[in-house]
Amino acid sequence: MTNLIRDIDAATITKAVYELFIEANTCLGDDVRASLEQALLKEASAIGRDVLSKILDNARIARQEALPICQDTGLAVVFVELGQDVRITGGDLRAAVEEGVRRAYEAGCLRKSVCDPLSRENTQDNTPAVIHFNIIPGNSLAITAMPKGGGSENMSRAAMLTPSAGIEGIKKFVLDTVSLAGANPCPPIIVGLGIGGSLEAACLLAKKALLRPVGTPHPTDQRLAGLEKELEEAINTLGIGPGGLGGQVTALAVHADMMPCHIASLPVAVNIQCHVARHVRKIL
Amino acid sequence: MSAATENDPIALSTPLSAETCASLRAGDSVLLSGAVFTARDMAHRRMFEALRRGLPLPVDLSVSTLFYAAPSPTPAGRVIGSIGPTTSYRMDAFTPALLEHGLKAMIGKGNRSPEVIDAIRNAGAVYFGAIGGIAALLSQCVTDVELVAYEDLGPEAIRKLTVVNLPLIVINDAQGGDLYRAEQEKWRIL
Repeated sequence: MTNLIRDIDAATITKAVYELFIEANTCLGDDVRASLEQALLKEASAIGRDVLSKILDNARIARQEALPICQDTGLAVVFVELGQDVRITGGDLRAAVEEGVRRAYEAGCLRKSVCDPLSRENTQDNTPAVIHFNIIPGNSLAITAMPKGGGSENMSRAAMLTPSAGIEGIKKFVLDTVSLAGANPCPPIIVGLGIGGSLEAACLLAKKALLRPVGTPHPTDQRLAGLEKELEEAINTLGIGPGGLGGQVTALAVHADMMPCHIASLPVAVNIQCHVARHVRKIL
Repeated sequence: MSAATENDPIALSTPLSAETCASLRAGDSVLLSGAVFTARDMAHRRMFEALRRGLPLPVDLSVSTLFYAAPSPTPAGRVIGSIGPTTSYRMDAFTPALLEHGLKAMIGKGNRSPEVIDAIRNAGAVYFGAIGGIAALLSQCVTDVELVAYEDLGPEAIRKLTVVNLPLIVINDAQGGDLYRAEQEKWRIL
């Protein structure tokens, strides 16, 4: 089948990015809400249940009042899936995305949290975004907005394990990472796990795994689906609990993905997501 | 050890006296009212530098409660945007010096270093935890906001917030108590 070349205007992309970042920051996804409601039923710690109730109350207030769910409205991570038969008109694709981020953070009263890494001077408009471009077949353009908070990102880790470390080494690295994070990343967390590829590929796998609806097992690989379940159960014996104040629900889910790697390597990345798991996708 | 949820919250007003700070125990639930001052990474760095040079600080540490927070911008018609605690360990490098200069009360989220936990005990101070990621809800506790210092830091500037019944829980107390450690150990399955 041949696709017709389709024109998409840069202004359409800017508007979509603008709307996605405001929605992501003010409306907690139904999947996250449902997962938190399940956690509230499971949690035996009274303090833990109180934290989960307040998290759910907060999501309702944020949606009703159009306020950010969290004051940390994140670094703007954007996934662009560009059909190879799309032509961008009226501007540059990257600039169109950046402009959407800029407008969302200004007009949406979202916090500007981006700075020069050395001078620490704020860039004032939450740009630059971190944009991942992917070329796909067809003539559609999909955009995913993922505002990523600093607290949980700071607790994320990657390691180049030796092949001999194997699956046990991977499990240990995940559990050590979550233990070290403790109360810091705003549990209950979602754990993105990337295995294989290269250093940066493992990190990107871990981040993309966070985009699945919370608690959805790996769709095609039974080994990974089993590993996710096993790790979730192991993490939930650590006792960290909601808000780190003790309890049975430390992780809402573990999402893993993998790809082949070098015969010498076993890259592994753990990307930790706080309970304010924000990501919205739109297909143009 | 006190179990927070079995206790009624303690209503406290700032400024917190040295006696009050020293009397609180890990696990105490607190509803805090009065003035608190936002200060996070860059504001801490600047205050730390000022202390090193013997320069005056923009807040009187001995009577101030520091809140590790930077709100989102204030929408039209509201007092403040969303506001909640940031992760406290990033302030750990500066905290012992601030405690030596009179600081008695801090609000944040997450674990403190062993050095800070010791310094809290030595100073008879208190570290309160607020729940992270409930910033729309917590914004309802704020009735007034006033810029105090470091305006150029934008969201990281020092602001005086007037709060009413801000829900907190004592994490680290003047006796060396550590609620995170105690509660997590209670629920850990070995």
